[in-house]
Amino acid sequence: MRQDPSIAEKFQDLHPPFAPQAARVEADRCLNCFDAPCTAACPTHIDVPRFIGKIARDNLRGSALTILDANVLGESCSRACPVEVLCEGACVFHRCNQQPIQIARLQRFAMDAFHASGGTLPRRSAVERAEKIACIGAGPASLACAAELRQRGFQATIFERRPLPGGLNTYGVAEYKLPARASVEEIELIRKLGVEFRHGVEIATEADVAALEREFDALFLGVGLGPAHRLGIPGDDHRDVIDALEFIAQYKTDTPPQVAESVAVIGAGNTAIDAANAARRLGAANVAILYRRTQRQMPAFSFEYEHAKQEGVRFLWRVMPVRIHADEGGIRSLECVQVQIGEGGALSPVPGSTFHFDCGQIICAIGQSPLLQLLSAVRGVELRHGRVAVDRPTGRTANPKYYAGGDCVNGGREVVDAVADGKRSGIAIAEHLERAAQGAGSPEAVHA
Amino acid sequence: MPENGSRPQVEPDLTVNFAGIRSPNPFWLASAPPTNSGEQVMRAFDAGWGGAVWKTIGEPIVNVSSRYSSIDWNGQRMMGLNNIELISDRPLEDNLREIAEVKKRYPRHAVVASLMVESKREAWHTIVAQAEDAGADGLELNFGCPHGMSERGMGSAVGQVPEYTEMITAWVKEKAKTPVIVKLTPNIADITVIARAAKRGGADAVSAINTINSITGIDLDTFIPRPNVDGKSSHGGYCGPAVRPIALNMVQQVASDPEAALPISGIGGIANWQDAAEFILLGCGTVQVCTAVMHYGYRIVEDMIDGLTNWMRQKGFATIEDFRGLSVGRVTEWKHLNLSYKIVARIDEAKCIGCELCYIACWDGAHQCIHLDRVSGPVDGHDVELHTPPAAIEAATRASIAVTPIPKLDGHGPATGATPLARIPRVDETECVGCNLCSLVCPVEQCITMVEVETGKGPETWEERTSSQGGAKECAPPGLTTQRS
Repeated sequence: MRQDPSIAEKFQDLHPPFAPQAARVEADRCLNCFDAPCTAACPTHIDVPRFIGKIARDNLRGSALTILDANVLGESCSRACPVEVLCEGACVFHRCNQQPIQIARLQRFAMDAFHASGGTLPRRSAVERAEKIACIGAGPASLACAAELRQRGFQATIFERRPLPGGLNTYGVAEYKLPARASVEEIELIRKLGVEFRHGVEIATEADVAALEREFDALFLGVGLGPAHRLGIPGDDHRDVIDALEFIAQYKTDTPPQVAESVAVIGAGNTAIDAANAARRLGAANVAILYRRTQRQMPAFSFEYEHAKQEGVRFLWRVMPVRIHADEGGIRSLECVQVQIGEGGALSPVPGSTFHFDCGQIICAIGQSPLLQLLSAVRGVELRHGRVAVDRPTGRTANPKYYAGGDCVNGGREVVDAVADGKRSGIAIAEHLERAAQGAGSPEAVHA
Repeated sequence: MPENGSRPQVEPDLTVNFAGIRSPNPFWLASAPPTNSGEQVMRAFDAGWGGAVWKTIGEPIVNVSSRYSSIDWNGQRMMGLNNIELISDRPLEDNLREIAEVKKRYPRHAVVASLMVESKREAWHTIVAQAEDAGADGLELNFGCPHGMSERGMGSAVGQVPEYTEMITAWVKEKAKTPVIVKLTPNIADITVIARAAKRGGADAVSAINTINSITGIDLDTFIPRPNVDGKSSHGGYCGPAVRPIALNMVQQVASDPEAALPISGIGGIANWQDAAEFILLGCGTVQVCTAVMHYGYRIVEDMIDGLTNWMRQKGFATIEDFRGLSVGRVTEWKHLNLSYKIVARIDEAKCIGCELCYIACWDGAHQCIHLDRVSGPVDGHDVELHTPPAAIEAATRASIAVTPIPKLDGHGPATGATPLARIPRVDETECVGCNLCSLVCPVEQCITMVEVETGKGPETWEERTSSQGGAKECAPPGLTTQRS
């Protein structure tokens, strides 16, 4: 990883870590609800009151292991989760005019202590099994699946085309939430557990897939999403029209991108906001998010919207880009038109509303398309609206040898959703292979 | 009881005359580090304290370091404090000179000399004369200190033996011209035995309680109990909020015993005006404070005075005597309680935040009559009821599939709305025994209230029930009972 030294300074922790005594005071506030709503709201169902109680009682190892038992990426989830709509949003204190427990910061406190003490991931079974599972993609879903299987004694291998593991955890989460280094360090524990990582391997063709099927007993698709959508307007092939995820990945793991004085960000999802905030922190004086609809329809979480305003990002609503104007010096402006929203949400331009947004750079954050090439190479796996169709409790696809989870299944949600998917698939694969082995007499018989 | 609002406003008068010792209010500092010197006592009087029992004087001693240790609870410091400090380590003549100086400057405040000397008549006669010559308004005999001094035949070594207590009290009374207060130790099976002995010895008053024998804790890295004195510890005296219920019980026992009844100065975990009011309601004429001052300083007396005054005004009490002892008769033996009285828990659904602590407390710690499964139809009753047990409820949650909501698609935010009905427990009132536990664990004020229900039965006590069945059954250990058939 070649992160520039200036990045750590520019992207300091949005939520700084707790000092030990502050953590205990906060932990003591927890009511220890029965069948706690925070635990129910967490996609990985971390036993929140239990891990918080252990912090209060100074049992930090027990606290971290409680978290990791449910969520092997407990560290990154404590930093990247939109807890306002998950555990902290479910805290009963909201209903009696009290601040919710700061669950995310407490979770980070326990996980930081665990990493600082050199903690390692425990095995769930000491039995070493012969069955091999391939996980395609090294994002949170595959990591959770592989870790779960390895903890149960299976041989798990992760295939990843990029040089670093973690997927969006490493390359795509705003650095002030989750530094790339923290993501990679967390994954190091999974490597130490015995999961094999094969980097620089692109699985794309039917031949690639066929080779994996011969080598492995089960396969997990944690491939995420495909290429970014393009603007589809004249001039969108200019080199200063850049994809938000690439922009974020570049500042996090490579030479920081040069930002223009004025930057237009197209789209109003959480990625758009991460990119706009990053553009500000990297030096752009004027950053605006342009969105076709209104704040009400904005896909981003409202706390992300509030945060972006604090970072100095402007929002232009009901604006549609029409054309990019550039000369030898680069992009000069983005020609836009105001739109009105009609019945059923149909957009139509407001006559005579054309204006030019002066900018030298345009960042696109209008979503990604599915990885259709790879997914269509896998025989028997069904797609629905571009997403892999699975049995939700197990993640099993229509082809019983294949399981899938994460963004390629849910269309793009959070790290914690991917972890939950991967874990469920890991358990299901393990149970399936154990049943198969019992039916065949011994684990080795599977390979005979 | 006076009715609120029905009587004219009175300006409450906090002055007290405790066994002949007058003070501007009932708030005294207990004999302890806050009363170690004249300079401290004068600052305390300036802050508003009505009296001070001087740190025990006697033959000077040598102290150790460290001396204190404490119990924290849920982030709150010093719920209980433990000490192994001995009596005053300052020269006797310094203490006497300062007592005289304080009395000269603060003639209206109460200065009580706490005394402890070896168990010799002459020694007691001498110290009594010295304290009274210095101007002390009264004497408190320290028969309670449970650590250090007791090994030398003083403190609780005296207070645990009724004959010694009576004898030394009588020696003091031979000489004393001012009121004599005997400070009682709680480290005894029945505190009234010692209180009676003090009364027989001629004591004018008692104070209760002294500190409780304790080991507060052990350092889990060094295995050395606290407080650590070069690798060893010693049992100490426990005080602070943790001991208040024990103190209230012992005060009530003394106050309700005709053979022990003397004016009582209440001691034990008093930290605010409510605590003080409770001790006075159980009969105390003054209260003594130590730990709370050691924690926060003399300044806490401001709200003790202000809060008690406002409460007395609200209740229509003009003087301390108007409410002193009002609750003594409300404590009775169990056999006199009304068996026909029944209350049940009511959960205010509008206030419930859905923590379900009442549910798990009732299931695991009480009588399994609070339920989460809301059912329609007549299921209440004494027939077999099938409910989902706690472990199954938690297992169902863990097995559920939850996803991060996307505002545009799923559109729900923080739990600010009403608590979902599925999370609001219900009480099976026919099964509820009215134990109070759920209302004690509920974190929301007035959410769970205990409501009286009509049983249709007239009042009946255990004593009445058993006497109507041919005489009360005695509770005796097995083998000693005479009523076995």
